[in-house]
Amino acid sequence: MADKIGVAIIGSGNIGTDLMMKLADHPRLDMRLMVGIDPNSEGLALAKQMGYEATSESIDGFKKHHETVQIVYEATSAKAHIANAPLYKELGKIAIDLTPAAIGPYVVPYVNIGDVLDEPNVNLITCGGQATIPIVNAVSKVTRVPYAEIVATIASKSAGPGTRQNIDEFTQTTATGIVRVGGAERGKAIIILNPADPPIMMRDTIYCQVENMDREAILGSIHDTVKRIQTYVPGYHLRIDPIFYDDRVVVTVEVEGAGMFLPEYAGNLDIMTAAAVEVGDQFAKNLLGLPTQTVATARGT
Amino acid sequence: MTEKKRYIRVVDSTMRDGSHPMAHQYTTEQVAEISAALDGAGVPLIEVSHGDGLGGSSLNYGFSKVDEQDLLAAAQGAIKNAEITVLLLPGIGIQEDLKAAYDRGARAVRVATHCTEADIAIQHIGLARELGMETLGFLMMAHMIEPEALLEQAKIQEAAGAQTVYVTDSAGAMRPDGVKRRVEALRTGLNPETKVGIHCHNNLGLGIGNSLAAIDEGADYVDGSLAGLGAGAGNAQTEVLAAVLELEGYETGIDVYKIMDAAEEVVRPMMQRPQIVDRASLVLGYAGVYSSFLLHTYRAAAKFNIEPRDILMELGRRKVVGGQEDSIIDLAAELAAAKP
Repeated sequence: MADKIGVAIIGSGNIGTDLMMKLADHPRLDMRLMVGIDPNSEGLALAKQMGYEATSESIDGFKKHHETVQIVYEATSAKAHIANAPLYKELGKIAIDLTPAAIGPYVVPYVNIGDVLDEPNVNLITCGGQATIPIVNAVSKVTRVPYAEIVATIASKSAGPGTRQNIDEFTQTTATGIVRVGGAERGKAIIILNPADPPIMMRDTIYCQVENMDREAILGSIHDTVKRIQTYVPGYHLRIDPIFYDDRVVVTVEVEGAGMFLPEYAGNLDIMTAAAVEVGDQFAKNLLGLPTQTVATARGT
Repeated sequence: MTEKKRYIRVVDSTMRDGSHPMAHQYTTEQVAEISAALDGAGVPLIEVSHGDGLGGSSLNYGFSKVDEQDLLAAAQGAIKNAEITVLLLPGIGIQEDLKAAYDRGARAVRVATHCTEADIAIQHIGLARELGMETLGFLMMAHMIEPEALLEQAKIQEAAGAQTVYVTDSAGAMRPDGVKRRVEALRTGLNPETKVGIHCHNNLGLGIGNSLAAIDEGADYVDGSLAGLGAGAGNAQTEVLAAVLELEGYETGIDVYKIMDAAEEVVRPMMQRPQIVDRASLVLGYAGVYSSFLLHTYRAAAKFNIEPRDILMELGRRKVVGGQEDSIIDLAAELAAAKP
């Protein structure tokens, strides 16, 4: 039996290329194929340079080379993923979707990964969701959270055309994730673009209205969660200690990117690709018969 | 020189920008009363929304006491001739909110972005035009970029379908010269049929002066609030605008006595604090900080025992933009921790 799982990345843009660099030398994920549409793309050139198969023939190119691959990362667009997903399914591939298409269930590492390892298609929500939903979940494991709200502030330079052309998709998808995966009863998400130069790091504020203000338990749960996130996103940290007032907990986090293919301020993109690697690794472990992440159980269940 | 005696469209924002000093606690009765008074005085366009636009009711900005869609219905029910407009900030509100507002009778929308981020509003501007709404682009914190850069952003909103583009001095930081240069850039750089608007805050005591400077430079839309009720030191007072514009020979269609009465008899009794240039609101203009940060800063300053002006000055240095209210408490905690 193989000790590594073959992987393809569809989409040779910023996200796909950063993901490819994070997959280099991975112990269980074997990067094999980069699929793009532009023969002159930097991502495809880099893929060849790193010794991977690279095709600019889009999904037809994937069809030609798919045999060595079991996991497909979709780093294109929601529209492209909706078009491609049936093919992945037909070919028996596991699809990890970084677009807002959300054909499969939402997934956040350490929060609900155990629930989705049998799914053929999972979705990584949004960058803001990956940065904030684990915190909402940390609080909702300790006490009922009737309402949670997040504000994601990202550097203008790190917001690509996909985000800009459909900004409602970000707020609505993240809000749904806060409820579905974070465990809040109602959720809201706000995104702010800040054009300051030099660009700011991605920062997120998470507000949770809580039923029981058990500060110690809430703090402990948040700190545990931050430590777990840091295992796959080293640049993730609390900006200041969580603030407690009235019936709410306020947590501010900052995400400094790893600075591999993308600049350090692009923590929003970094956390997506880092989460993608982590999710892929859990699928790989599952396929290889290795133990996977134990999911912290929800409060009271 | 621009032609005198031309028509200037006055937009009253007492029930949108004024939502900030009211801590978003407007009731349907208050909204109906203000709307009827504005309509009776001949104000053509009346803005009703949470202070941070549709969908702004939140922990970050403050929850509305009454759902803004109910307030919109109350305003609509109280007017005969005026039209209702709403504010929408993409990233906070969504297209569904705009559709709901349209269903409550809103027939105009101001789609607002930070002055460098116009392209995040393309979809929303497109939807507004599709619905047949009067569509106005709102480039906030316009003092932060030069006129040429502002024009580039205005062109994005124009191309998306905005019929009017506003120079929005959210921080009340501009002086007449800066206002004139920006209005001139838009007026000469945009298509001739696209109108230019001006939205001022009185943080440096220039709300009326800046509005007049913009109009003299060719702006055809101007924002005001009754008794100045708005974020920070408030907006240009609608009743003062009506009087000044009449004296200068412009047409507004507003009855000066009636609009004075609306400010004095309807809005002043509702006000929770005097709308003045005090030291904290002066610092907003001085530091170039988003006006609605004022009350949030007071609250954070009290919680962490920090001088509000220190928070505002540092926010200005960090070039924080509108909507980043969450950075206030974060900064206050940081300043408190750094205190000896």
